[in-house]
Amino acid sequence: MEPSLRDIRDKVEAGRRLSGEDALRLFRTRDVHTVGEMADFANRRKNGDRVYFIVNRHINPTNVCVNRCRFCAFSKSREEPLAYTMTMDEILRRADEAREQNATELHIVGGLHPDLPFDFYLSMLRTLSERHPGMHIQGFTAVEIDYFSRISGLPLDEVIRRLKEAGLGSLPGGGAEIFAPEIRNAICPEKIPGERWLEVMEAVHAAGLRSNATMLYGHVETLESRVDHLQRLRELQDRTGGFQAFIPLAFHPKNTEIAKGYTTGLEDLLSLAVARLFLDNFSHVKSFWIMVGPKIAQISLHFGVDDIDGTVVEERITHAAGAQAGMAMTVSELVAMIRQAGRVPVERDTLYNVIREWPAEEAR
Amino acid sequence: MTWRESLGRALEGSAAPEDAALLLREAPLFDLGRAADAVRRRIHPDGIVTYIVDRNVNYTNICVCACSFCAFYREKGAPDAYLLSDEGLSRKIEETLALGGTQILLQGGLHPDWGIEEAVRLVRAVKRHPIRLHGFSPPEIWHFASRSGIGVGEAISRLMEAGIDSIPGGGAEILDDEVRGLISPRKIGWKQWAAVMREAHRRGLPTSATMMFGSVETPEQVATHLVRVRDLQAETGGFTSFIPWTFQPGNTALSRDPRYGTGGGNGLGHPLGYLRVLAVSRLLLRNVSRLQVSWVTMGAKVAQLGLFFGGNDFGSTMIEENVVAAAGVSFRMSEEEIVATIRDAGFTPARREATSCST
Repeated sequence: MEPSLRDIRDKVEAGRRLSGEDALRLFRTRDVHTVGEMADFANRRKNGDRVYFIVNRHINPTNVCVNRCRFCAFSKSREEPLAYTMTMDEILRRADEAREQNATELHIVGGLHPDLPFDFYLSMLRTLSERHPGMHIQGFTAVEIDYFSRISGLPLDEVIRRLKEAGLGSLPGGGAEIFAPEIRNAICPEKIPGERWLEVMEAVHAAGLRSNATMLYGHVETLESRVDHLQRLRELQDRTGGFQAFIPLAFHPKNTEIAKGYTTGLEDLLSLAVARLFLDNFSHVKSFWIMVGPKIAQISLHFGVDDIDGTVVEERITHAAGAQAGMAMTVSELVAMIRQAGRVPVERDTLYNVIREWPAEEAR
Repeated sequence: MTWRESLGRALEGSAAPEDAALLLREAPLFDLGRAADAVRRRIHPDGIVTYIVDRNVNYTNICVCACSFCAFYREKGAPDAYLLSDEGLSRKIEETLALGGTQILLQGGLHPDWGIEEAVRLVRAVKRHPIRLHGFSPPEIWHFASRSGIGVGEAISRLMEAGIDSIPGGGAEILDDEVRGLISPRKIGWKQWAAVMREAHRRGLPTSATMMFGSVETPEQVATHLVRVRDLQAETGGFTSFIPWTFQPGNTALSRDPRYGTGGGNGLGHPLGYLRVLAVSRLLLRNVSRLQVSWVTMGAKVAQLGLFFGGNDFGSTMIEENVVAAAGVSFRMSEEEIVATIRDAGFTPARREATSCST
């Protein structure tokens, strides 16, 4: 073991909180085994041998977006040939398919469309929740919530109240990127500032809705800015307790304006493991297999991860930027992947209620 | 016997097959990784990770072996059966040289009409160019010799005279005849494979050794494979590198065989299993200098992690690869990506000497 990690190991074993400086050292180390072991320890203390997944379906209703984030290959302006906006029928068809495949969640995020009114989203939620009352709708990043408030002229609290009333069950964690202003200005100057993202989440949690949190890494951010990002999330979580899972998102360079390679396996695993160690007040750390690939997703189950997202079925945002993973995984593929890691597969709903637990084949 | 005792014996260099099997089955991932890393550090204290710029040339896909794990072979007369022409071969070599490549890895099916004359002619055709030739796995050499009615030793001597520089360790699969009977019944047995290698090493021709796992074998059979390579190396010292890689099920008969596990993987043939096998390989094969990670089957990300589980060689840029690609797996890596990936892991990349051996 690298001697400089000894004090961190002591803290982890004692369940004491890590400092920002600790996190920075963990990001910099190449003592992969010690980091992995500590993250695994921290995770199993919270989640035991369970690894969660969900049967879900992503729907991205539109790629038209008034923002032009430099890391994004998905957004288009209205006039571009590849711009699309789904009709309500197209959205419903996807939801119906999802129901037939026993999905328990619809995951809905999209661009900031210049013309669609707030009512469009409310009526979409109402239609979906009336038609499929058994499916939980996780939808709209903090960026979209802020946008709804601007286009409707309604205060944040009122926007959230109406969305909830129309059937919104919880929020995903997108749009967080990196909070530090100098990085944020370089990669997404038009997007709401980090402070606003956190403010929206605070209001969401205050309204009784849970959400996730993300961090986009592997572009132009510094390790210090990653730590700053994690610190702000941990502070907010201390106040609200409303975050369920933290999900680091690997930057994908294809068709974006940022010239950079794909993230490495080490970078992916360190991002997950350090998050598990630092975010002691988050119950779950998720490795989104679409982002890191199914192979690293499996390995990450020994690096502090207890959730590998879900069946997904159709994903447009990461694939626009050159995701090399497929778009869908079957339940049996997810179960096999978790079992091979010696863990217990658990199908969960959005709020981490257990739907089904598979007995372990053999523990490792 | 506990995995800790087995790990202790592995670190002392005295692991038995039962120790290797127990480590594969039970040792925690990071204990294995840390031990393998320590052994790697002892053998390669400089932190250098090597790679080579070369091209796989498969001179034919016509093969009488018809192994159930293989998606590449065709029968003679099949619409997509091929035999590379002299012009085609020259063009591939010229392209390789133009890209700065220093070696051709030449392998093909067991062509029913090919004997040693055809093989020698092919070696001469390659060696008209200023390039290293790493060619013909043991099953091919055995096939040439038996078709021509000569001994394996003589076949190797003829190939050496024609200019071959080293032999790849393919066709090893699992060096256990029970496994071979299930997945490659018409291929030479493990003793013949070892005999070819012994003859090559005796003549001063270096070779690599491979292992394909994740099909139907047990951890005990993987352990047997490792021990057999270790024992042969103790005898000859001719192996330059060991390359374990996982069975790729796409488009293969074996993937539809009920003996192959359901859910897309079996035994150790998944990313975590791969890291375990790599680490146990490093622990057992302390007498084989180089342990190669397989980005071709595992992708760049897992291959990079392999450097923390005993690997010290990143393989080749593989300007061309056909066999794994036939199973629907098509990872690509440029030299720049290989270099950046090695650096990111904290190691020093070094392009291998054109005179060394690889697969």
